[in-house]
Amino acid sequence: MKSDEVYQPEIHEIDDGMSAIHETVNSEYKYGFVSDFETDEAPKGLTEDTIRFISAKKNEPAWMLDWRLKAFRQWQKMEEPHWANLHYPKIDYQDIIYYSAPKQKVNPNSLDEIDPELRRTFEKLGISLNEQKRLTGVAVDAVIDSVSIATTFKEQLGELGIIFCSMSEAIENHPDLVRQYLSSVVPATDNYFAALNSAVFSDGSFVYIPKGVRCPMELSTYFRINAENTGQFERTLIVADEGAYVSYLEGCTAPMRDENQLHAAVVELIALDNAEIKYSTVQNWYPGDKEGKGGIYNFVTKRGICRGVKSKISWTQVETGSAITWKYPSVILKGDYSIGEFYSVAVTNNYQQADTGTKMQHLGKNTRSRIVSKGISAGFSNNSYRGLVHVGKNANGARNFSQCDSLLLGDKCGAHTFPYIEVKNNTAVVEHEATTSKIGEDQIFYCNQRGIDTETAVALIINGFAKEVMNQLPMEFAVEAQKLLAISLEGSVG
Amino acid sequence: MLSIKNLHARIEEKEILRGINLDIKAGEVHAIMGPNGSGKSTLASVLAGRQEYEVTNGSVEFLGKDLLELSPEERAGEGIFLAFQYPVEIPGLTTTNFVKTAVNEVRKYRGQEAYDAVQFLKLMKEKMALMEINQSLLSRSLNEGFSGGEKKRNEIFQMAMLDPKLAILDETDSGLDIDAIRIVSNGVNKLRNKDNAVLVVTHYQRLLDYIVPDFVHVLYNGRIVKSGTKELALELEERGYDFIKNEVGQEA
Repeated sequence: MKSDEVYQPEIHEIDDGMSAIHETVNSEYKYGFVSDFETDEAPKGLTEDTIRFISAKKNEPAWMLDWRLKAFRQWQKMEEPHWANLHYPKIDYQDIIYYSAPKQKVNPNSLDEIDPELRRTFEKLGISLNEQKRLTGVAVDAVIDSVSIATTFKEQLGELGIIFCSMSEAIENHPDLVRQYLSSVVPATDNYFAALNSAVFSDGSFVYIPKGVRCPMELSTYFRINAENTGQFERTLIVADEGAYVSYLEGCTAPMRDENQLHAAVVELIALDNAEIKYSTVQNWYPGDKEGKGGIYNFVTKRGICRGVKSKISWTQVETGSAITWKYPSVILKGDYSIGEFYSVAVTNNYQQADTGTKMQHLGKNTRSRIVSKGISAGFSNNSYRGLVHVGKNANGARNFSQCDSLLLGDKCGAHTFPYIEVKNNTAVVEHEATTSKIGEDQIFYCNQRGIDTETAVALIINGFAKEVMNQLPMEFAVEAQKLLAISLEGSVG
Repeated sequence: MLSIKNLHARIEEKEILRGINLDIKAGEVHAIMGPNGSGKSTLASVLAGRQEYEVTNGSVEFLGKDLLELSPEERAGEGIFLAFQYPVEIPGLTTTNFVKTAVNEVRKYRGQEAYDAVQFLKLMKEKMALMEINQSLLSRSLNEGFSGGEKKRNEIFQMAMLDPKLAILDETDSGLDIDAIRIVSNGVNKLRNKDNAVLVVTHYQRLLDYIVPDFVHVLYNGRIVKSGTKELALELEERGYDFIKNEVGQEA
C-alpha cells in the first residue's frame, strides 16, 4: 500500500464509491418502506390540549410545558412565511398528527430490550443499533416519528463526561443545561416554523461536550418518519464547552406516500471559547414521485452561535430529498476570531423545490466566514440559493468568501441565486463568486469514448462538481453521500 | 481489422462523408490528410460513434463486428480509441480517477476483473514513465487549466492506459509546438505493435515526420481521392492541396 500513499491516497475510497454508484444508479428511492408496529398517537389537530398531551406523555416538568404553551400562543398570532421561491398548496395544520410513538418498553435498560421490529427497521436503513457490530466509530441516536428509541455508546462517552442522549432524557436528567441553552440561539418565536416546533417538538438529540474534551467518535442522529399523517418536529441542541470538539451527523428518510408530510426541526449549536462544532447533514426525506406527488415538506431552522473567542462552527449539508426544502443553517459570529462555514450540495430532480442557503452574521472582530454552495437541478425542479452575509459595525477585520455554483441537467429546471450582503464596517472584506453551467454533450461523449456509460459519466461529473463540499463530510458518510447524489439524479439525463 | 465501405454520413441536412472506402490491417499506420472542411474530423467522430452524425449509407466492420451497431462505450470496449482534437474539461474529477474508471469499465466490458488500487497504480506508474508524464498532472482535475501540450499528452497517456486495438488521432498536432509534437509522437510510437493500428488525421505533413505512416490517403469533399505511401504526404506539403483539387476537378 505504500505506492497508494505516495500517489493518490483517495483512490481506494473513490473506487468503492464509483462501483457502488454503478450498482445503485438504477435504483428508486430505497427507503420508501413502511414498518408495522403498534403506535401511541395524539388525536389529529393542534390545540393547547395537544401540547399538554405531548408534555404529559413525556412527564415533563412544569417549566417545559409553560415554555411550550408560550410558544404556541405566539405561533397562533404568526403567519406562515412566503418570501421563499417555493410554491405549494396551503398546509392544514389541523390535519396533522403531532405525536406518534412506537409502543415499546419505556426506557429500555439496554439495547437488547428494543422491539425487534424497530431494530429491523433501522437495520434495513443500514443503521445498526448493536454496538458490538458497529465497526466504524459512530454513536447513534435513533429517532422514529416522535421519539428517540435508542442511543448507542452512551456509557463509553459518559466516561469522558460527554452527554449524548435524547432531548426527553436531557430535560429529565440535565434540566439545568437544557434551561441554560435551549432557545438561546433560536428563540422560541424566531419564526413561524421554529415557534411551531417549540410548541410541539417531541424529541431530538442533546449533546454536551465538557471543557477540553475532544469527542472521540462521530455522533449521529438518524431520523425516520414512519407513521402516516404525522409530522416530525425534533429539536437538537449541541453545546461544546471551552476547547471542546465534536463532529455530528444527521441522516433522514421516510416512506413513500402520496400525501405530503411536514417536518419542522430546530437545531441549535453553541460553541464557547476555542470550541469547534462540525455539523453534517445527509437529508434524504422522500422527495415525492416523478409527477411531484407526495414527499416531505422540510421547514427547518438551524443556527449556531460562535459565542467564544476563536470558536468555530461548520455546517455541511447534502440535500437530496424532500418535496420542499426551506433551510438556512446559519452562524452568529459573536466571539472575536471566530469562524463560520457553510458547505452545501442541494440536488433537486423531478418536481422538487429547494430554497436553501445560510446567514453569516459577523459581530465579533476578525471573524471569518466561508460559504460554498453547489446546486444541481434536473427535471422540472427549482433550486435556489439564498444567503445573507451581515457585517456589524463593530466587526473590524471581518472577512467573508462566498461561492455559489449551479449545475443544470436538461432545460426544464431552474437555478436561482439570491445573495444578500449588508456591511456596516468599512474594514470588512466580502467576496462573492457565482457560476452556472450545464453538463455538456461533449463531456458525456468524451466519457463514453473512454468506455464509460452515460449514467456513470453523469455521476462522475456531478461528484466532481460537488467535490469541495463532499470532502467536508466525515469519511464514513462520504461514500454514502456520493451514491445518494447519483441515485437522486437517476434518469435525468437521457 | 477495420473495413469501411461506401460510408456516407451527414450532420443535420449537410452530407459530409460521401462514400468512404478504407481498409486498415493490424500493425499498420494510416494517415488521412486533406484541406479544411474535407470531412477528416467527421470520419474520426463517426468511427467513435458521435451521435450528432447520422450514417446514411455504407458499413464499417471492426474485428468482425458491425461497428455502427455499437454505442460509443461499446466501441471503446472493443478497442477503439479517439484522441480528441479538443479534449474536454471536467472540474473536480481528477485525471487519475477518470482514467481508473475508464480502464475498469473497459475491463468489465471485456469480462475481465476490475483492477484494485494497487494493480492500477502499478500500471499507471509504468505508463507514466513510458509517456514521460508526471504525477502532478494526473492529480489535477481532468484537462482543467491544462496547456494545449498537456492536454494532448494526457490523451496519449489515456491511450497507453487503455491499450486500444485502433487508435484514431484527430489533429493531435494542432496547437502544438515542435517539441510537444515530438513528445506526443514518441508516445504513440512506443505504443505501436503488430497487433494494433493507428489512424492519424492531420492537416499538416510535419506530424508524419515523427509518426511515419504506411499509407497516406487524401480526403477531399467527403471522399478519399488519392492514396499512396508516405511520399504522397511530402508531395502534398510541397505542392499544397490545390493540385489535388485540380486533379479531382479535371476528373469531374
